This record gives sequence, C-alpha cells and structure tokens, in this order.
Amino acid sequence: MRDVVIIGAGPAGLSAAIACREWDLSVLIIDEFPKPGGRLLGQLHQEPDGEWWNGIKEAGKLLNHATELGADIRCGVSAHHIEKADNGFKVHTDAGVFDAEQLLIATGAAESAAPIPGWTLPGVMSIGAAQVMTNVHRVRVGERGIVVGVNVLSAAIARELDLAGTELHSMVLPAKNPVTKHYGDPGEVMDGLARIAHMAPSRILRFGSILARAGWVRRLAVRLYPKRGVKVWGIPVHIRKAALKINGRDRVESVTVCNIDPAGKPIEGSERTIPVDFVCIAGGLYPLAELAAVAGCPFRYIEELGGHVPVHNERMETPIDGLYVAGNITGIESAKVAAAQGRLAGLSIVRHRAKDKAGLGQRIDEAMRHVTAIREQATIQFHPEVDKGRSKMENIFKEYRKAT
Amino acid sequence: MRNRRIEEHPVLGSLRNRKAVSFTFDGKTCEGREGDTIASALLAHGIRQLRVHEESGRPRGIYCNIGHCFECRVTVDGKAGVRACMTEIREGMAVESGKVLPSPLNSSVFEADEMPRTYAEFAGKQKGDNKKEAPDA
Repeated sequence: MRDVVIIGAGPAGLSAAIACREWDLSVLIIDEFPKPGGRLLGQLHQEPDGEWWNGIKEAGKLLNHATELGADIRCGVSAHHIEKADNGFKVHTDAGVFDAEQLLIATGAAESAAPIPGWTLPGVMSIGAAQVMTNVHRVRVGERGIVVGVNVLSAAIARELDLAGTELHSMVLPAKNPVTKHYGDPGEVMDGLARIAHMAPSRILRFGSILARAGWVRRLAVRLYPKRGVKVWGIPVHIRKAALKINGRDRVESVTVCNIDPAGKPIEGSERTIPVDFVCIAGGLYPLAELAAVAGCPFRYIEELGGHVPVHNERMETPIDGLYVAGNITGIESAKVAAAQGRLAGLSIVRHRAKDKAGLGQRIDEAMRHVTAIREQATIQFHPEVDKGRSKMENIFKEYRKAT
Repeated sequence: MRNRRIEEHPVLGSLRNRKAVSFTFDGKTCEGREGDTIASALLAHGIRQLRVHEESGRPRGIYCNIGHCFECRVTVDGKAGVRACMTEIREGMAVESGKVLPSPLNSSVFEADEMPRTYAEFAGKQKGDNKKEAPDA
C-alpha cells in the first residue's frame, strides 16, 4: 500500500508529488499519455516581458524535481475505476490495481465540441489536437486550415500554428445550432476577444476592449465589426462569419462560410466555399472529472469554473476522507494556477498523515495565498469571473459539511 | 506532398536528433520518429484516415489527440480498440486500420420479418444461405 497515488502527471500532479516526497510519503503518479507533463506539453506563449514560456521546458523542470525526490512516475497507464476501501482507495488501471491510503485526482480538462455538419471527416480536429501535433510531435496538421470557434484558447493556439509555419486562412464562429449555442453568438464571442486584447498586437482590439466593458459599446462593436475581420498575429479573426459545414468525400476539402448578423443568424446568399485541408474546432475546455464521480465525490455545476466540478474546499480536500483534487478538474485556469494548487494539495495530504502537524498549518496558509496570487497575475483568464466561481465553491463545501 | 515534419522551430528548436522508427500500417512500411504516436507518425506521411465507421463505412481520423474521443482506434499487433493518439510507435509494430463490421440488426440489410434469430441464422444469411435454421442450431 502506498501513501499516495496521484492520477495525472500534469502541473498539478507533479507539483503535488514533489510536496509529498519532500515529506517522505511514498508516491505513485500515473498518467495515460505516453509522456509526463500533461497539457503543459505544447503550451507556448510570450510573457508580457517578451520571454517565451515553453510548457515542454516547464514540464521537464517539474519532472526532474519529482524524479530526483524519488517519485514513482508511470506513463501509458489508464485508470478506469476507483473503489473506496476500508483504509484508502483501490485504483483500477490497465496495468493492475494500485492501493493508496490517500488519492489525488488531477486529471485536468477536456475540450467541449462545437460540432457542425461534416465534423467527422478526417482532417477535422480539436484545436488542442493541433497544438499537441504541432508542438509536441512536431507534425504540421495541414497545408492551410480554418479555426472554427473564437476564444482565448483558440487564439493562443492559432498563434502557435502560425509560429510553426502552418497557414491559417482565418478564424470564424461555428454556425449557431442547438449544440454550439453561445460559441456561435457574436456578442458573447466579442466579450471573450476583449479579454485577450491586452496580449494581441491589434489596435482595434485593444481599443475595443477598453470600450467593450459597457454593454452598448460592445453591441456597437459587434454591429460595426470590419468585414475583412481583425488581424490578430496576422490571422484574420471574424466574429460576423460562421462555418456552416465542412465538405469533402474522404477528407476535408473545403469549408462553407457565410456572413452572420449581430445575433448570429446566417445571411442568405452570402455563402462562400473556402478550400482548406484541415479544420480546427474550438469549443472551450471543461473539467475532466469522471474519476472523482466514480470515487463517489459530490458535484456542483459552476459556470465560472467551466462546468461540473467535484465539491472541494480551498485546501483541495473533497468531502470524501483521503480524496483530493487539484488543477483544471477544480475549474479551468492556467497551468501556473494548476501547479500552485498541486503544491497546496500535496501539503494537505502531508498534513492529513503527519503526527506532528506543527508548522504545516502555516505552510498550507502560504500555499493558499500563493494560489490566489498566481490567479491574480494570470495574463489569460478563461472565465472573467473565476474568483466568483471559486468563492461559490467554498460556500458549497461549507454547506455540504454542515448538512452531512 | 511537402514534408509535414517541423524540423526546425523558432522557439522549440531542432528535431534532428530524434531517431527513426519503422512500423507498418495496413501492411505498408512507414517511418516515424522516436516519441511519435501512431497518429503523429501517420499524419507526418499525410495519412489522415485511421478507420471507417464500423457500420456506415464513413472515413474517420483523429479528433481530440489526447485520448478522450476514441475516434482514432486502430488494431495494434492484433489488439483491437487501441487509441492511435495515445500509443507510441515501436520498431516493427503492425498497425491495422478499423474496418466495417457485420451489422446483423441493421434493418436496411434485412426486412424485419427475415431478421436472423440466432448467430447461426445470421452467418447462414451472410453466406447467402437463406434456409431458416433451427433456433438452437
């Protein structure tokens, strides 16, 4: 029986493992991807000071630290079930069953789909798929493509594709349908664009982001949005054009795009067919939380955190004794926040076990303050009201504790 | 077709020290690089289609590339249902694309009143033998 099993070798899982090993707990980390690092792998962006932040390097640093401290890291292992045992948990995987006294689930996030007709054709992929292909496996996903879905994540990855020499024709919205809903609404997308404007080298967007805080200005900006789009890092971004369908027989051959009115309704007769050989669909991220559900953890839906999240407190503890969560499973935020949460979860695990808790309370308080500080410094916010979502969850946890 | 490999990257550097690994896809020999998944090695060759839909036969390739969607399932060294995006290539690995499977309950193939009631009946119909067999055959 190990002291701790951690599911997910991303920024949260590796940081938690480091904290646990510093206090000499036995730690096993499993991850189903062949390489450790989680979705740090592939992330690449320029910091406000102009320095490149390379997720592969960051993952390497965390991995070295965890390995030096003697954490047991196994990749290519998929967990499919968790059983609560008398004295801990049984983690069922394709490499056998692992017993753990304490369990941290740090499985991160997955991408929501924004499907349009033709999206099952080879050559259509999620925007994250293109990121991993380009930056991790170093394969160009195609000759010329279109990004369907305009949001913080797709704008960041579009720049990465451009950096690697992959041509993007443009970024457009998915045509509004019962599944794509708000991804196809120009007003809501404008809100998202305003949030990345400070990092985009576009005067119109920077100007717009200052003005767009007032609702009527935003509506005006949507109404007056340039026909040729706004260029972000050289890529035309359209919020008044939508992809209606993806065409091709055995693979992507073209995309049918039309103009849309400010409410997202297609304008008849404006359809154009654009030849491309790949399409990236970007529907945003949601917490990947199934394993917490099979472990019996209660859930709540919190829009600001990206969807259904396991109930947890600010120390990363769930209502189930010995079960912890950290990283994007608790809400969609940057990898830096995930790492800070991982360290905090690790210290909480240590505290649960330690006979002498002296000094740990203070360290946990420091780690909690560190999470908040990193959140405040974030250059990208996936949801503008993530703070509100976090305090909602704190209250939910308190109420849950009172009720049980 | 242009080389799809990003050999040099302005921030991430060069790829030149990654060793070559060869494997087969539907019997054809392909070469990938150390650290490639089946999906990335095939895409580097311009191969996007990894299977067909088991019933309709429509082409499918990778979608999420991180193991969630299972769209990229292939057969590896005889083991079916392996995700191409999560499996690294090994020297000599034999990868087969996903094929159309029999659909015994598909009403466009059988009229409702001549639906097979047993596997033996189904197998008989597949062979063109229309004679009804005993249910316990």
